[in-house]
Amino acid sequence: MSAQKDRWVSSLVFLLFCAFSIPKRGSTSLQQEPSPRHYFSGLEAGKTSLAFFTPSVSPGAQPFLEQIESSAEALQDYGVSVVKVNCPKEDVSRYCGKENALRKAFLFRGNRLIQEFPADALFDVNAIVANVLFALLFNEVKYVETLADLESIENVLKGKSNMVFAYVPATGTAEHRAVMEAAFVYGTIHQFVLTTEAALLKATSHDDPDVSSAWLLFCHCQRATDPAQPCRRTALAQPLTLLNIHRHLKLMGAPLVTEVAEDPEKISTVHLQLGLPLVFILSQKETYQADRRTAEFVAWQLLGKAGVALLSRDLVDLNVLHRSNVALKTPDEGMPIQYLVLEDTDEVITLVEDKNKVKQIQEDEQEEEEDEDEKENNNQDIQDDQVVEAVSRDKKRELPLEQILVLTEENFHSSLSEAARTVVLFYASWEAVSLAVLRSYSEVAAHLKGTPGVLLSRVNCWDWPGLCSQENVTQFPTIRIYKEGQQSVTYGGMWGTQELSSFILLSQVSCPLKLATMDEAEGYLRGDFPSELSSHHHTSFLGVFSSATSEAREAFEEAGNILSGYVRMGMYFEDDALALSQKYSVSPPALLLARSGGRSVEGIALSKHSVQDMVQMIRYELLDIFPEITVPNLPQYLQLGKPFLILFSAGDISQVESKEMLKLAKGRPQQAFVACWLNLKKTPVGHGILRSYFSTTPSLPVLLWVNLHAGGQVFKFPSEQSITEMNILSWLEKLQAGLEIPSSTLSEEDWKPPLPAYDFLQMMEPPVPELSPHPGDSPTQHLPKNPGGDTARGDTAQGDTATREEPSQESTAEEVGSPGRDLRGTAPRLAARDKQGKRHSEL
Amino acid sequence: LGLALYASSLCAVSGATFLYHDYCVIGAGPAGLQAAYFLQQAGRDYVVFERSHAPGSFFALYPRHRKLISINKQYTGKSNSEFNLRHDWNSLLSHDRRLLFRLYSRDFFPNADAMVHYLEDFASLLELRVQYNTAIIHVTLEKNEQAWNGHYFLLTDQDRKNYKCSCLLVAAGMWVPNVVNFPGSEYVEGYETVSINPEDFAGQTVLILGRGNSAFETAENILGVTNFIHMVSRSRVRLSWATHYVGDLRAVNNGLLDTYQLKSLDGLLEGDLEDLAIIKDKKGKLHITLRFYLENRNISAGIDSITLPQDELDNFATRAPYDRVIRCLGWKFDFSIYNRSLRMMPGRGNIKKYPQIKPSYESRGTRGLFVLGTASHSVDFRKSAGGFIHGFRYTTRAVHRLLENRHHGVPWPSTVYPITQLTNSIIKRVNEASGLYQMFSVLADIILLRENATAFEYLEEYPIGVLAELEMQTGRKARNGLFVIIMEYGRNFSGADKDVFYYNRAVGEAQHAWQSNFLHPVIYYYKHLPTEREMRLRPPDWPLPRPNAIHHIVEDFLTDWTAPNAHILPLRRFLENCLSTDLRNFFAESCFLFAFTHQKLPPSCQQGYVRMQGLLGSQELRQHAVQAGLLRDYTHTDFSGDTPPDSPHGSQEQLMRDHGIPVRSLQHLVNAKDE
Repeated sequence: MSAQKDRWVSSLVFLLFCAFSIPKRGSTSLQQEPSPRHYFSGLEAGKTSLAFFTPSVSPGAQPFLEQIESSAEALQDYGVSVVKVNCPKEDVSRYCGKENALRKAFLFRGNRLIQEFPADALFDVNAIVANVLFALLFNEVKYVETLADLESIENVLKGKSNMVFAYVPATGTAEHRAVMEAAFVYGTIHQFVLTTEAALLKATSHDDPDVSSAWLLFCHCQRATDPAQPCRRTALAQPLTLLNIHRHLKLMGAPLVTEVAEDPEKISTVHLQLGLPLVFILSQKETYQADRRTAEFVAWQLLGKAGVALLSRDLVDLNVLHRSNVALKTPDEGMPIQYLVLEDTDEVITLVEDKNKVKQIQEDEQEEEEDEDEKENNNQDIQDDQVVEAVSRDKKRELPLEQILVLTEENFHSSLSEAARTVVLFYASWEAVSLAVLRSYSEVAAHLKGTPGVLLSRVNCWDWPGLCSQENVTQFPTIRIYKEGQQSVTYGGMWGTQELSSFILLSQVSCPLKLATMDEAEGYLRGDFPSELSSHHHTSFLGVFSSATSEAREAFEEAGNILSGYVRMGMYFEDDALALSQKYSVSPPALLLARSGGRSVEGIALSKHSVQDMVQMIRYELLDIFPEITVPNLPQYLQLGKPFLILFSAGDISQVESKEMLKLAKGRPQQAFVACWLNLKKTPVGHGILRSYFSTTPSLPVLLWVNLHAGGQVFKFPSEQSITEMNILSWLEKLQAGLEIPSSTLSEEDWKPPLPAYDFLQMMEPPVPELSPHPGDSPTQHLPKNPGGDTARGDTAQGDTATREEPSQESTAEEVGSPGRDLRGTAPRLAARDKQGKRHSEL
Repeated sequence: LGLALYASSLCAVSGATFLYHDYCVIGAGPAGLQAAYFLQQAGRDYVVFERSHAPGSFFALYPRHRKLISINKQYTGKSNSEFNLRHDWNSLLSHDRRLLFRLYSRDFFPNADAMVHYLEDFASLLELRVQYNTAIIHVTLEKNEQAWNGHYFLLTDQDRKNYKCSCLLVAAGMWVPNVVNFPGSEYVEGYETVSINPEDFAGQTVLILGRGNSAFETAENILGVTNFIHMVSRSRVRLSWATHYVGDLRAVNNGLLDTYQLKSLDGLLEGDLEDLAIIKDKKGKLHITLRFYLENRNISAGIDSITLPQDELDNFATRAPYDRVIRCLGWKFDFSIYNRSLRMMPGRGNIKKYPQIKPSYESRGTRGLFVLGTASHSVDFRKSAGGFIHGFRYTTRAVHRLLENRHHGVPWPSTVYPITQLTNSIIKRVNEASGLYQMFSVLADIILLRENATAFEYLEEYPIGVLAELEMQTGRKARNGLFVIIMEYGRNFSGADKDVFYYNRAVGEAQHAWQSNFLHPVIYYYKHLPTEREMRLRPPDWPLPRPNAIHHIVEDFLTDWTAPNAHILPLRRFLENCLSTDLRNFFAESCFLFAFTHQKLPPSCQQGYVRMQGLLGSQELRQHAVQAGLLRDYTHTDFSGDTPPDSPHGSQEQLMRDHGIPVRSLQHLVNAKDE
């Protein structure tokens, strides 16, 4: 980059000097004239010369003369010859005779004296050149003292030509010379206006300017059409040197927006030649007008910093992302054009103004290209956990927790004995899932309000860690039901209001419930007994045992303990148990099953007597044959590990479909799939599933075969066929035979981190070559050989000196560490830190 | 039972009678009693020997002016007992809630008598086995192949009674006064015996040798009645609030700094005491001179002939004569009772007052000998709190856990959690754990990952100095990578010459957390347990070797690291990226969708929803999640209409993207806190 720029600069300088020095190339720099008479006789009309008169011996004015002599070469470039005129001793003419004239220089055009300069205006080469040019360019450079003067010039220029307004703190300075030299070249193109009035500078700039430094504004008066509005201005951001002014004027002269209709790689503009980037706004025919406006807006913002070109995509075949809207071409050779997707014009500005940002955005871009899902780094600090975000958005709402007793280390044990059953929610007040459950729990409390014998309470483990660890609560949230004199039961179901309420209600009665009479048993199967649960519809299991079969009964009781709260279980082992079971054509030990809603009671003989088998069997029996899949019940069916034959329906399924599906499901009790349906009204997330499967909306109802566990293929039952048992079966056969093409396949993607973390390791120890580049490498092998001074070491390090073996290496490695570390505690470091990070202001 | 036990363990070896115990503890000070408590809880055979008739005899005498400078905070606004130990510097660890120091004194800086009383109660209420009036005067080794460590420890008391132990826990404290010998040191009074009655110093000019808390405590007591006090010591004054080391000069004692800097005659001087000499003139005044002058003088000449520095340098700082010189140079370990075979060696450099021990608190010279309490401070001298009750109560527990594993096959206590609890378990500990907080950069919580990172094992307060030996020392396996959680001050924040009040010293943004200055949690991730070599060659100023990844939780003004976005979110991202998984929580509805659209499920769904522990969430919460753009609401989806169809994978991606990009307003909220 810099080499490239240098080349441009040097060629520019060369061009400038060629231009300036052509007229007088080849002549000697300082002319000597033997006498004034000789000099005046030789003056040509139209030729400018700066003359100074010197007595043959004059020791006094020596430094002044030296400066004039050395400026001869510079002035030569502007067609001004410097002449030293010797005054013969006897000469008493106008220029030689008077003592003070010898301390002056005189500017002649032809033989007309334009101006005489006192020695103090000619203190150095800059002053001489500046003042001489100032005198010569009297018309080209206007000197103003007041704002009114400036405005009147500006008004005159509007619509005609542009104005260059320069402020220099004093005349005769290097900046003054630069302005004059520029005016010499551009004076005919632009109107130059000069001032040394600080007040005028203040009046023309918005913020408080530094009056001690020079300032140059390019006023775009040529474009200005509205006489009431001042001309747009573009300040020169660099110091006032001839080169910078030249560059600035050149840039101002370039077209605001270049329209481009060829390969951007081949484009070259003034900006690129001057080492500035070129921004392409990618345009399309449809949006041309808007893009043109955007480009002009951006161009004004970037004037002097970068060029703006409008690239028509329709005319150029670009092999870039369709959504790219901006391209950036840097003057560096070999750098490819970057195509970017930016959201607003500010980003374009920062893109140019902050070179580092260019790189970063470019990197982001590259990452994005590699992985479309990859998000930009700046989203790292945005919450993407739906539960955490939902809870924190809800934190201002006051929860109705009056019904829930707050337990502490002090009152925990005493409270447990107050009610027959105490439900305790163990949670942590900072933990999102806990708080989400607390919200459901408060709904449960409202739901169960007035239920006798149940006390709802909570323990905040952030306040009482001792109590929680004593109760062996290691995870939040945990819900336990404590019953007097019995082991507590930990809730293991869905964290939902319904499920939790049902668990608490079912836990009210013992599980299994011992039924004493035949009436109770019958009532139990009907759901009327016990009265606490009569309002609660649930599948009931009644174990019927003859007293002899105690082994099965014990297993059933044990299974009841495990399933307590989830299942309604009763047992009957009175003498007439046999009679009861025979009513349902089984003999004890047997299980009588009354499904919720269903009228019939099934009888199942108990052949296996292990607790595990019994639990498994009861769980299995709880499953429906052709269930409606919902969010809460899906896991139960997922556990079967079978493919799903699922009917998506917009509402309730029709009788016909239901009957056919039921037939299909019932016909094969040990079948290899789960037949089920989904009500999109009740489970709207089903829409999300369908969307992920199909590009076009399938007509509902739609029957799908989903291989959830193996392969992940999704097959769609042909919509032209009607959903009947036969059709489905033949379709399934085809599926099995591999004759159908899957509509979709479930994503196999791993659940990777959604966003990268802050790389603090990198920030703490930027990979310096001396330090180990790979983690795990031992850093000492790269330590420098000579142990440095121990001066910068803090006392904190001294403590472990003794415990380590190579104290000399420690101190040296510190100096190798990240830059800035050795400046610990000093002002530069603090300043540097402020730049790096925003901090809290004082509290 | 105790008697029977003693009787049965009586045995005769080479004529002498030995009383045997598995564990012998020397000293019934805070550390000895703390060790006894853990041994008792574990049901071990132990005895504590105490030379005095009561526990904590050091506190019966010291500090002379009776004010403990350990914080005894009555209120923290929190009921969390573990958290409150962060601000209770005096209690020992026990299950007994009566044994909290705040119940013994209401003073923020309590009287030492309260400590004596507390230690007496601790020993008696917990029925610790302490044998009082038993001064161990000699310890030697007896080689024995059968012994736990290849040798037994043989202890002899002042009555020539002998005891034999398999393991020796030295909690004898640091009670030998540090004395410097120089010409005229006989005129110096010791801190141990100097009068504590200010009246005795009225109108006197006093020189104090030393610049520790005892020196300033002594000065504070007499500041108001003396002509002036000068204090001389080799090193500059180290203010504890600048060094963040509680053993340095505490603000509670620094009245003399005030009067020195406010030109009230008192003063501090730097100089090496070894070069000093004191001579007494005829009036009994003490003059400071240099040893150098004494060596050159004519022996026969009188006192007047001794050159004083002011004879040559007439503005010599301490030219004024003193009435008293008081030595307050601190204490050192009593090395005298250990037989040479135990190789109890003093440390090198500024830790020579301490015995040499390993970071596991085991003596470098003898296996089975552990140094506890203040004498074990060489491990973290001038860094952490290991020399003080609020630090060594935790290191003592750590030593006990190491011993349980080594001798009784009881592995280091740990809890196994599913990976979904990873962020939570760290947040819980960094917010309440007192051991991590007090013993910052010395004790660390260790998370050992299980295979496939589906579960992890949590170990509390392990000494990081022996991290390389973790598997051997704890009996736990670290095959699948580990996290090490410690607390740190900013790397360059602490030091005697540091300005700890500079403007903008506090970092507020999580992304700059690594520049945090105040104590904050730091989590190191290693794919493999660091080796001993890596531990030795760790970068300077690093408590641990260079990890595979590191995370700093940004310092917090309230030391409350539970902010969802500033603290928990960056931590979760760090953990996710270390484990290469997605640790977000999902509502059941999201898991339901994933179950039908993905072959794999995120851990939160896998370990929650699929196991029927899904988070259904209340209506309000789901609504908030939808508003945040993190959950999609399908209720109003018009499915029959002619909405443009999504591509099969596009919709999925769209959903994923929805999960990542919440509404803009949130971002403003996040950034607003910096303004």
